[in-house]
Amino acid sequence: MSPSISLTINGEARAVALDDPRVTLLDLLRERLDLPGTKKGCDRGQCGACTVLVDGRRVNSCLTLAATLDGAEITTIEGLALGEELHPVQAAFIENDAFQCGYCTPGQIMSAVGLISEGSAGDDPERIREGMSGNICRCAAYHGITIAVQEATRNMIRTDKEDAA
Amino acid sequence: MPDTLDPHVRFGSNSGQPVTRRDGLAKVTGTATFAADNTPDNMLYAVFVPAAIARGRVTGLDTEAAAAHPGVTHVLTPQNRPPLQGDPSDKPTMFSFRFEALQDDSVRYAGQPIALVVAETLEAANEGARLLNPKYERLTPRTDIDDAEPYAFEAAGFGLPANTVHGNPEAGHASAAQAIDVTYETAPQYHNAMETHAVVAKWEGDHLTLDMPSQAISMSCAGFAYYFGIPAENVTVRSPYLGGGFGSKAIPTGPYVLAILAARMTGRPVKMMLTRQQMFGPVGHRGQTRQRLRLGADDTGRLTVIDHEGIAATSTFDDFVEPAANASQGIYAAGALRSTHRAVKLDIGTPGPMRAPGEASGSAVLECALDELAEKLGLDPLELRLKNYAETEPGTGKPYSSKALRECYAQGAERFGWNSRPRAPGQMRDEDGLLVGWGMGTAFFPCPMFMAEANATLRADSTAVVETSAVDMGQGAWTALAQIAADSLGLPLDKVDFQAGRSGLPDGGVAGGSGHTATAGGALHAAGGDVIRQLGEIAAADPDSPLYGAGNAGFVARDGRLYVAGDESRSEAYTDILARSGGAEIAGNGSASRAPETAEQHAMNAHGAVFAEVKIDPDLCQMRVTRLVGAFAAGRIINPRLAESQLFGGMIWGISFALHEEARHDHKRGHIVNADLAGYHVPVNADVSGLDVITVHEEDPYVNALGIKGVGEIGITGTVGAIGNAIWHATGKRVRRFPIRIEDLLTS
Repeated sequence: MSPSISLTINGEARAVALDDPRVTLLDLLRERLDLPGTKKGCDRGQCGACTVLVDGRRVNSCLTLAATLDGAEITTIEGLALGEELHPVQAAFIENDAFQCGYCTPGQIMSAVGLISEGSAGDDPERIREGMSGNICRCAAYHGITIAVQEATRNMIRTDKEDAA
Repeated sequence: MPDTLDPHVRFGSNSGQPVTRRDGLAKVTGTATFAADNTPDNMLYAVFVPAAIARGRVTGLDTEAAAAHPGVTHVLTPQNRPPLQGDPSDKPTMFSFRFEALQDDSVRYAGQPIALVVAETLEAANEGARLLNPKYERLTPRTDIDDAEPYAFEAAGFGLPANTVHGNPEAGHASAAQAIDVTYETAPQYHNAMETHAVVAKWEGDHLTLDMPSQAISMSCAGFAYYFGIPAENVTVRSPYLGGGFGSKAIPTGPYVLAILAARMTGRPVKMMLTRQQMFGPVGHRGQTRQRLRLGADDTGRLTVIDHEGIAATSTFDDFVEPAANASQGIYAAGALRSTHRAVKLDIGTPGPMRAPGEASGSAVLECALDELAEKLGLDPLELRLKNYAETEPGTGKPYSSKALRECYAQGAERFGWNSRPRAPGQMRDEDGLLVGWGMGTAFFPCPMFMAEANATLRADSTAVVETSAVDMGQGAWTALAQIAADSLGLPLDKVDFQAGRSGLPDGGVAGGSGHTATAGGALHAAGGDVIRQLGEIAAADPDSPLYGAGNAGFVARDGRLYVAGDESRSEAYTDILARSGGAEIAGNGSASRAPETAEQHAMNAHGAVFAEVKIDPDLCQMRVTRLVGAFAAGRIINPRLAESQLFGGMIWGISFALHEEARHDHKRGHIVNADLAGYHVPVNADVSGLDVITVHEEDPYVNALGIKGVGEIGITGTVGAIGNAIWHATGKRVRRFPIRIEDLLTS
């Protein structure tokens, strides 16, 4: 009998049977749970393409064994938009052409969401560049990525203030 | 810019607009389906075992241990591999390279596939591959460019001439008042698209379906059909999204063939996705070069000769050679030009085309050598280039189809502030005490066209479907080509259903050579034009149409209406024309290529000028590019937003070439020691700031019907030299190899 873990994935609580203890979170999502939006670029934590949020923190899912995640809350690129409404980071990526081929994009966006919630970069481009440097983009859409993260940060702060008011 | 090009096309309705990517929503929500995102029922996973040695043969594999691992279903080795119908050493298409598909036990380079493990899960396949534990008979590997004798040959790159001479180089050397003779080296580079090569292969009888990234869909079908002995139309390739290509995904490779073979053998779909480490070997790279440049000039700085010799590494079993020295042809008005190439056969995977093949490596060295000459002549580097500005193509005397390079120099220099540059090196420091240097280089890229075909069908409700097997590897084909198609049909973008990215459509040609928008776009433009021509004929012959009898005047198609050219008071909606004619659809087709006589009449190139600022820590010698201004003239820009992204991307590849990328071999054992993204450096976000792109207006009536020159590759050229020259300007040190490393500045 294979062990089972409980995960909340994109808001949905699920019991996940683990057929193999070697399975990483990345391969669990992609190959077993039909969530291939998260991408594999290096499988050893060097490129950031597989970035997801685990309990709100950005992690490289390729370096995370699924078996260690019992009870965790996972957010992937598929779960970021609210229905038809894009997350501000997603919208800013389109508007600022912050991607070309789109392969690193799910990781970039999840990393940006994590960075913004960490709150250490604000809209300072230098800090954003540093904070986003765990995510390689070979098409080199970095110019647009930096502007998109700046713009999304400002939009989210503005929305928070409006909500608070 | 005139707003009409062909009579029926009004450019500016869609083309020329900075619309966001039509595939943007899919890409930011994770619903864009890349090859390895497909997981059909009953699928198996395949993993190949890469050779750990660079030369010799495999003497043992523990196939029993691998086969015994739970989940492993098959282990393929040269002993039991089913036959292929086409020889892996044959070249069935223009984009064919010889490859390894377990045809024997020899090892020709490190990373070569030597066995294949197939399993129910990826984890089992990986463990099975590890358990094979290969044993080898090793021969001394030759991986250093000095390990073999250079030899002369006929063709470099894809059939480019290996030796080109214009004028009398010896006379040019003899008459030079000032001369330099310098040798530079460029490193082996690996494409490393973020999506590694991947395929999901499925057989149904003798029909093969491949989900795989392909820059050349028709040629991929033809290639795989050859190796598997089936007609090309039996191969379906689906390539809606490529996670980057950069030249490496145009060619059928050994790993793909093995995965397809495994699918045929097992009767089940098979997925194979290369690991990042496996990208360093069987899927191409930019070959290492050593280039000698001898330049001569008279006292005023006019070039008497550019004499460019390239030596490039290639594999022992194939012949692609980086055509670096050809970058010196066609750009500066020297009295004589000579480009020669020789190759060195090493125990490495075969190099292939990588973004700006030849031009990137060659222009890097040419632009640095010119800077060295400017220093010797006491001239500003930009002044030297202007003194040798070519009004017609050097050597051939052909007129340029268009050339706004002078404007690129002027606009780039002004934006950068080049005029305040001190001529001598080591003069500038910033407020933090960092050394500051400024350098420049000329950017240059040819405008090839390939062959493409397209269909367009206008429906009764004034929507249309257009079809061509074009591919989007990030350059924006889904968007820019749809803009062209919409204009050709006189329809808004959202009325056009653009079908591309798979076989079974008219041949969209090759996404490469910066020629895809011009070629596939040209075919779409022609197909739309064919539809509008037919529509005009129907209307002009219909007494009930306001356009009746106006056929000779011609029509303008815009926003779903036909207008009489020169008399906009007469017009009619497509829907009305079609309703009266019985509501039938109108189907048109078109193709695009460049007629040989057109190519003979003009030299066709995109041009640009790149200006770089670097800052260097005087103690640590850490180098940073702090500003990079590129001004490019590349004909008509279909989508400024996407074109800017392409140019930024190319310039960052220039930063990468100048300062980051290098595959390093352990010459004793022959393998690449930094074969992953931790060791093989490419720029990250923190490496990139202060980028600025100017697109210089340029109209070109000759290059193709749409006036497009292409923007995919030119950004690298010029940039590498500009950065190298800026480093000299900051430090006074000439580093004659790329990438330039901290130790080069510490020790030279």
